[in-house]
Amino acid sequence: MSFQRLWAMFVARNYEFFRDKAAFGWNFAFPFLVIIGFGIMFGKQDLKQFKIGIFPADNPALAFTDGTVPTSLQTSKQLQFIPFANRNDGEEKLQHFKIDLLLERSSATHSYWINDSSPNGYLAEQIFLASFLPKDHQIAEKRIVQGEHIRYVDWFFPGVMAMNMMFSALWGVGFVVVRYRKNGTLKRLKATPLTAFEYLSAQMLSRIFLLMFTLCIVWLGSNLIFHFRVHGSHLLIFFLFFLGGLNLCGMGLVLAARGTSEEFASGVLNFISWPMMFLSEVWFSLEGAPEWVRTFSQIFPLTHLIRAVRKVMNDGATLAAVQSDISFLVITTVIFLLIAAFIFSWNE
Amino acid sequence: MQKPILEVIHLKKVFNGTEAVKDVSFTVPKGACFGLLGPNGAGKTTSMEVIEDIIPPTDGQVLYKGIPRNDSFREEIGIQFQHTSLLNFLSVKETLQSFHKLFHNAEDLNELINRCDLSPIIDRQNNKLSGGQQQRLMLALALINQPNLVFLDEPSTGLDPQSRHNLWAIVEGIKKEGKTIIMTTHSMEEAEFLCDEIAIMDGGTIIAKGSPQSLINTYCKGSAILLPRYAFGMDPRELPFSWRMRDDMIEIDTDNIHAGLTRMLDLDIELSEMHVRSGNLEDVFLRLTGKQLRE
Repeated sequence: MSFQRLWAMFVARNYEFFRDKAAFGWNFAFPFLVIIGFGIMFGKQDLKQFKIGIFPADNPALAFTDGTVPTSLQTSKQLQFIPFANRNDGEEKLQHFKIDLLLERSSATHSYWINDSSPNGYLAEQIFLASFLPKDHQIAEKRIVQGEHIRYVDWFFPGVMAMNMMFSALWGVGFVVVRYRKNGTLKRLKATPLTAFEYLSAQMLSRIFLLMFTLCIVWLGSNLIFHFRVHGSHLLIFFLFFLGGLNLCGMGLVLAARGTSEEFASGVLNFISWPMMFLSEVWFSLEGAPEWVRTFSQIFPLTHLIRAVRKVMNDGATLAAVQSDISFLVITTVIFLLIAAFIFSWNE
Repeated sequence: MQKPILEVIHLKKVFNGTEAVKDVSFTVPKGACFGLLGPNGAGKTTSMEVIEDIIPPTDGQVLYKGIPRNDSFREEIGIQFQHTSLLNFLSVKETLQSFHKLFHNAEDLNELINRCDLSPIIDRQNNKLSGGQQQRLMLALALINQPNLVFLDEPSTGLDPQSRHNLWAIVEGIKKEGKTIIMTTHSMEEAEFLCDEIAIMDGGTIIAKGSPQSLINTYCKGSAILLPRYAFGMDPRELPFSWRMRDDMIEIDTDNIHAGLTRMLDLDIELSEMHVRSGNLEDVFLRLTGKQLRE
């Protein structure tokens, strides 16, 4: 193995990435925009969960003047009241799931309508009925969780960074190698003493370098706005992302080891990346999902990467606490690289 | 006799049941320029890529310096592919520097830049080069490791006359250094000008082999008399000669110009606009491979 050849390919690939302004900008802009967007959307603690229609009323302020709606309901942080001129308008919105519950103003019997097909309708109904109970009515003992709360943005950030890493690794390695094979670039390189191992290593190291560079820039930029709370070691988080990036690049190399069709490669990459994104708890927790879904999600490296980083960042976990996830990432990385090196083809 | 630098022995390549190359054998002496000619689909590029070790043969053997190709083969050869691409967003200089690092015995870059006339475009990005500039860069990459054996696959395709002559001058320079060249081309003029020996391929096999002049002497030793169509007062199909149309001219083959002209005078054919030319490689090529279109 020649480090000079590996270095030559590493530098050449980095030139390409840094000079492709569109791809370069997007790699930074995408995670940054997602984090900012979701940070703003979910950063507010008074997010309205349910929408209650009320008729006849022209504006929400007037809707509460006759005391039809109990005060506890009016002041609920989870409810948003939407006035309707008449019942028909309200019912139409209810049928189309645009609102969760419809109330009739000035109704002596507190008439309300729900859509039986709407899960939110059921929950809104329970809140509405509970609001008629006396204020001091207590059927269960309430306790508040102790310790510092994990903000949504601190939970969400590792997932977005890992997701960006996944797309960048799979497309930046997998798709690019297929394109090079198709246009003959790989054939040109095969006519030199460069070995497949040197070439693949250079591709992977170049992408890792870019991924970690992107991670640091986006982290620092986002931190200026959100002031992330990191309970564990920054170094361990960096190591986990490095390992995860290596793993995902290895997966990209396996997917790109053969074939010349960019359309097919794109299809395969989507087939792999979309389930991985949805089942690796990037956006939402799988708590409560069927057991087989949770078990299935464990085959994805992204699941282990995100879980480990969240444990360190949100719970202050140590290296020992995330060793099972690290082991999984190390073992699968080695497997991916061996498979890629074994089946790699320079030619069509 | 000069020991061959390359021996191709009963080479065969099958793609999905189709025989692209069928039992091809030839040798190339050191320092020679060897041309592979043939119509589209004849198996030239496939043969080249098997010899270059880009694709494996189905059967047969390729010996370099008398032994099967080994790891050092790639250090000693230079290849200019027919269809290839380079890394995007790199300048000509950066591309040369990248490839320079891939070889142990790389040539001095400044010398290579001068030889291939790359100075005016040295800072230009690869994807902004014209066809001729790209070919010059590809040729420079093929020469970057000071190869003993250079493969050129249709090097002048798509070039304007100036670029083509510039390329020929560079190839002539390579020949003068004693390097061996194996090339494919569709240009008979190019083959006649550059090649010492030629193999004509068709249907995956070699159908003729020899120096350009020996091929001409063997297959087209006569001359051709060219006359405009209107010089004939008769239907050309009634002519007692072997003839063919070439644009608006009629070309008549003859082994004996004197006898041919005498016969034409007997037939009252107007000879004032007559041209005579001797047989050339294109005549040989068309005679051997036929005139029907190929895919």
